[in-house]
Amino acid sequence: MGEFFIEIFGKPHGIILFQLVAACRFTIYLSLIAFLGGGAIASLITLMRIAPSRHLQRIATAYIWIFQSIPLLMLLFLIGLGVPGLLDINVNPWTAATIALVLFTSAYLAEVWRGAIESVARGQWEASFALNIRYSSLLRKVILPQAIKFGIAPTIGFMVQIIKGTSLAYIIGFSDLMLVGKRWANAPVLGSEPFVIFPLMAVMYFCICYPLAIFARKLEARSIAKNA
Amino acid sequence: MPKGAKNIIVKMEKVNKWFDDFQALCDVDLTIFEGERIVVCGPSGSGKSTLIRCLNGLEAHQSGDISVHGTELRGDAQSVRQVRDNVGMVFQQFNLFPHLTVLENCTLAPINNGKMDAQAAYDKAMTYLKRVQIPEQADKLPGQLSGGQQQRVAIARALCMEPKLMLFDEPTSALDPEMIKEVLDTMVSLAEDGMSMICVTHELNFAKRVAHRIIFMDKGRIVEDQPPADFFKKPKSPRAKLFLEQILSH
Repeated sequence: MGEFFIEIFGKPHGIILFQLVAACRFTIYLSLIAFLGGGAIASLITLMRIAPSRHLQRIATAYIWIFQSIPLLMLLFLIGLGVPGLLDINVNPWTAATIALVLFTSAYLAEVWRGAIESVARGQWEASFALNIRYSSLLRKVILPQAIKFGIAPTIGFMVQIIKGTSLAYIIGFSDLMLVGKRWANAPVLGSEPFVIFPLMAVMYFCICYPLAIFARKLEARSIAKNA
Repeated sequence: MPKGAKNIIVKMEKVNKWFDDFQALCDVDLTIFEGERIVVCGPSGSGKSTLIRCLNGLEAHQSGDISVHGTELRGDAQSVRQVRDNVGMVFQQFNLFPHLTVLENCTLAPINNGKMDAQAAYDKAMTYLKRVQIPEQADKLPGQLSGGQQQRVAIARALCMEPKLMLFDEPTSALDPEMIKEVLDTMVSLAEDGMSMICVTHELNFAKRVAHRIIFMDKGRIVEDQPPADFFKKPKSPRAKLFLEQILSH
């Protein structure tokens, strides 16, 4: 695979390009893990947020509030460098980056999804209560199917934020597109100057994010058309 | 009171309800017998809707006693469930489930409650959709129906739970004038079958036609409680007199 790039682009550009493309993998993996893990926790937090119990609501609100107020970069420092330093343990960059991004994502998605659920008309809840529909079925059969159309576009839109957010993980040594690119930009190799490498990386981020952005916009347009 | 009725279906004693500082219900006493049809009217903000929403636990009252069909509403989940099992409600805004077909709207709750299996729920739903005269719309979504049709579906949906008491919260207020009649006709036919009903409405002709008693509320209190003939001819309170003058003058 590497030879293929060198064949086409020559040295050193073939090598650089290949390494950058290969590093994109990790950007995508980390984004996916953050999204799936964050989504799972976010579902739980969202359920707590709308639960009848005030205690659960408060815990969920506090969780969202805390992890939304801490900048992602700070989370990465804390988990990647702060905690390991304090406890004198080694945490590998993968683990640290995953935890930080999952926390960040879960708080944000929980807030988005709460908003989506609250967009469903109050009367839908009341009709379900009046009909004695059980709470779990009320959510599954009445509220969620309607909330999804409000939540799906901002959720996909937030995936773009996660992908861009992963680029911060280079700071704790996570080997993604950002780290590899930066290393090349700093390397004293002819043809790997920052003004070549950084635009190249920007294009790559763009190629990953743009389809998602388009997808989100399409979904949004469709749900607006449906509601009109 | 209908002939031979002696079973009490609703009993409210000294019921008070506040929304923060605003007192929505003020020492409300009310007894309703099985088979009775009550129309509740009064100026906006007088507590009419709150009154009937307290009867199925959509709002919790803060003091006093409410019991419905022998179950006292104590604010716990179990008594609320038990009461709701016997009480159907129809809302001003229909509140149909927009993503489900008319038929699914009617079968969701009975199946979910374990009241009946899918086949029985389907049969029941079709019976009541015929009853409200829209069986042919069963597979449509609520959004494809007119307002009057949607409200009739909402009535059928509530009937599918076999309630002992039906609550109507301004069922015709959100409708275009030409659709009010079809909904009122459905309610009249329900009344003729002996259903116990409490209806918040400003349709005074409907009240004259079907109500056993008219309750007039003002500022959270029940000011009048009379048979329609008496209420319209000689309202006791000046507030009800004024209300009737205003509503009948246009």
